[in-house]
This record gives sequence, structure tokens and C-alpha cells, in this order.
Amino acid sequence: MTLGKFWAWSTFALCLTFFIVPLLGMTEFSLRMRRGVYSFDAYASVLNDPQFWQTFSYSIVLSLFTILLGSLIVVPTAYWVRLKLPKLRPLVEFITLLPLVIPSIVIVFGYIRMYNTSSFLPLLGTSLGTDVLLTCGYVIIALPFMYRAVDTGLRAIDIATLTEAAQSLGASWFTIIARVILPNVLVAVLSGAFITFAIVIGEYVLAALLDRPAFGPYLVWSGSNKAYEPSALAVISFAITWGALGLIQLVSRFNKHTKAQH
Amino acid sequence: MPTPSRRLPLNWLGILPFMLFALLFLLLPTLNIVLGAFQTPDGDFTLNNLVNLGQPRIIGAFWVSIKLSFASAVVGCVLGFGMAAAVTMAGLPAWLRGPLLTFSGVASNFAGVPLAFAFIATLGRVGILTVLLKYIGIDLYGAGFNLISFWGLVLVYTYFQIPLMVLIIVPALDGLKQEWREAAEILGATGLQYWRIVAFPILLPALLGTMALLFASAFGAIATATALTGSQLSIVPIVLFNQIRGDVLQDPQLGYAIAFGMIVVTAVTNFLYLFLRGRSERWMKS
Repeated sequence: MTLGKFWAWSTFALCLTFFIVPLLGMTEFSLRMRRGVYSFDAYASVLNDPQFWQTFSYSIVLSLFTILLGSLIVVPTAYWVRLKLPKLRPLVEFITLLPLVIPSIVIVFGYIRMYNTSSFLPLLGTSLGTDVLLTCGYVIIALPFMYRAVDTGLRAIDIATLTEAAQSLGASWFTIIARVILPNVLVAVLSGAFITFAIVIGEYVLAALLDRPAFGPYLVWSGSNKAYEPSALAVISFAITWGALGLIQLVSRFNKHTKAQH
Repeated sequence: MPTPSRRLPLNWLGILPFMLFALLFLLLPTLNIVLGAFQTPDGDFTLNNLVNLGQPRIIGAFWVSIKLSFASAVVGCVLGFGMAAAVTMAGLPAWLRGPLLTFSGVASNFAGVPLAFAFIATLGRVGILTVLLKYIGIDLYGAGFNLISFWGLVLVYTYFQIPLMVLIIVPALDGLKQEWREAAEILGATGLQYWRIVAFPILLPALLGTMALLFASAFGAIATATALTGSQLSIVPIVLFNQIRGDVLQDPQLGYAIAFGMIVVTAVTNFLYLFLRGRSERWMKS
């Protein structure tokens, strides 16, 4: 074994240990609720908590709306910028990357100031309005990931030729985007959607400051009020993240498979 | 037949919905905060809010946050780079690559509250590792370790920083051509010289960019810290959170100033990165 290989394996082993131990730790802790034996009591307690289901389903519904609104905004924009406005690409990309630089707590603070009950658009006056605002905030937070995913997908297809072909057959812009472009970048949109889902489901600061009953604030509440349930919730969250990200892999592998057949 | 000057404005319309959305929910809210930092409650111009940032409580929080973000970014950068280098070039089996990248994708998203729970269950006072180590005679907490401390938080943040680094830097490492290494070796360069003179300068822009991103992601992170420490550790996002929630009632305008300070810190980091990247690219050309 060369020196280089030795270092490679040691680094790898060190990082692997660092990554696996907390996962084992939370799993083990989540099973310790009943004294002396391992049991699934903590999971039962979580699953029997109506608040868990309320906040969890609230966050799922919100993430679905976020994905829908995000796709509606990102897909036509990324397409249009690539097709007609290549000069504006740096500007649009800059804007889509801003949410990585501006902390989300600052953005939501801006919402509270801008959309309060005495403003031009008093979204915070009703709970439905607040839900809408929260969804828009999530679209912004997920924007860097969604835009990059869709833009990468668009790069792989020849949008100019597809557009001309559709236009010469008399298709409207709506038809072109909905029935020609979207099916071709569906895999990219889906992978953006799964990342969005993983982000929204555990998000804390927006939901907490807009005072909505989402899963993230419930997690924090559970952390300061329960002993074993938080670990069970962490295991469940990890499984959800793993599921969402695993689905991206699955979908993109499926895509490679269909492309190879052409 | 439409003239070019009449067609141009129509093309702009295509990204109008996006621009409007970004304006309403990203740019204007941020601008609103920035303006608020320079206004009195009545809307007059003032620098008083910024002066109030100078109180020790706030300066201290900024300083802790900057140190925390920097430390976790450096640790994440070094270990993530080592991990990526080990997998891409140092001869670890090729089949490890796919699973590692998948895992990095998951782990970099496994942040926030659940991550804090995982570490409490592992390294908290009754966590499994703490208990096991005590059993074999190593008393972590007796030796001064505390998960709810600066270095504890660095440790937890590193958990999402390393995979983030791996995800970004693996493509950059793939861009290093085998021929460059061979050329350097033929000219008699040692492994260290190859890294110092050839590979490192090429990678520098990517490394700096990732550092800036890791810094920003740690600087804005609040969920992990809240779940881990309650409000025991005074970092900027938690101070701002309490200010917005109204726990700290003495000065509502102060919140805008703190938020403005956060924007300044992340903006400066990114300008620093752009500046350094510009320099390193110029250096590479000559």
C-alpha cells in the first residue's frame, strides 16, 4: 500500500465514522424509551400524536404548492432566457443564487415588514394570506436548486430546434412549453422538486416567524419538551430526506436508460 | 413586418413574471430591511441604528457567528477536499464514488433540527458515545467537552459542510487532467510539488468559491443552533430571531440594523471571493 493510498483510506475512514456515528446514535437513542429493553415506543408516541400528523400534512401540502409554483415560474423563465435572452443569463442566474447569500431570516423579516396589515398587500392579515406568503418564501429558498436543476436539463436538449419545429406546426407558446419543452425536462424538474420537498419539509425559521403550524417548529417544540421522541423524529426525517434524494437518483437513472435507447 | 426595436421589448416580457416574483419576494423585502436600518421609527434618515450595533452584546454575537462560520467552513473545506481527493484520484475503488456522492447529497440536506437531535443523542450528556466512552474510562464532559458550546456547534455544522464541499469539489477535481500530472512527473516534480504548483492554483477559484458558500450557509443557519442550544449560545441569527419575536423589546429599529449587518457580512465574504478569484485567474493566465 502506497503512502497516498494509506492517507486516502484514513481520510475516508475518518469521515465515514464521523457520518455514521451520529446516525447510529440517534437510532439507538430512539429505541431506548422503555427502560432496559429496546422498543419502538418513541415511534408509537410520535405517530399517535395528532400534532405530528397536523404539522406533517401541513408541510407536505405546502411543499406541493411550492413545487407547483416554483415550476411554473422557473421552467418558462429558464427556457425563455436560454432561447431569447442569453445576454440576461448572468443577471437571472445572479438573482437565483441570491437566496444562498441572503440569510432566510433576513428575507422573512422583510416579509413581516412589507406585508403587514397596513401595507399595500396585507398578506399577513389572514392565515390563508400567510400560507401564500410562506409558499412564496419557500419558492425563493428553493430557487437556487430548482433553477439549476431545470437549466441543466435544458442544456441537454436542443430547445431552438424543438421550438422551431413546434412553431412550424402552428403551436402556441403555451403548447410549446407545456407539451414540448416540459416533457423533455421532466426529469430535471422532478429532481428539483424532490430537493424542494426535502428543504420545505424540515424548514424552521420562515414557518416559526410567520407563526404557521409547520413540521419544523413542531420538531423544535418536541426537542425542548420530550426526551426520546426527538430522536425518533430525527430518524423519520432522515428517512424522508433519504427517500426524496434517493428518488432523484432513481429518476435520473431511468432517464439515462431511456436516452440510451435512442 | 415588426422592426427589431419593436420586438426587443416583447422578448423582455417573457421573464417578467420571474422578475416580478423575485422583486416582490426577494429583492424588495431585502431592500426594505436595508432601508429600515437607516430610518427612525418615523421614517427619517438616521445612522443611530447602526451605532447601536456597537453594544457589546451584538458585537459579541457577530464575532461568535463569524468565527463559527469560518471555523466550520475551514474544517468542512479541508475534510471535504480530502474525502473528494481520496475518491477521485488517490486510488479508492471506483464503485465507492456513486454511493459517496449520493450520501453527500442526503447528508448536506440533513441539516436543521433533526441534525441537532442526532448529535444530542450521540454526544449529549446521556448520548451513546458519551456513555460508551465513559464506560471505557474517557470522561468527555469531565474533560471539558460540551456539545452546547462553540466547538460543539462547529462539530455539528461540519456534518453538512463536508458533504457540501464534496458535492461541489468532485467535479472540479475531475477537471484535473491526468496528462498534467504525468507532465509534471516527467519534469521531475514530486507529488507535493505537483499539488503546490499545478493542481492547487487551478483549483483555487473553486476552493474559494466553496469556502464563501460554506461560510454563508453556516452564518445564516439558525434551526440547528436553536434546537441544540435553545438560546444559550448568542449567535447573530438567534439574536435577530429573538429581536423579531419581540423578546427584546427595547429597540425595534435595532432588528433592521442587525439584519443589515448580516447582509453586509455575507456580501463582503462574496465580494472577497470574487476579488480573490479574479486575482487567482489573472495569475493563472500569466
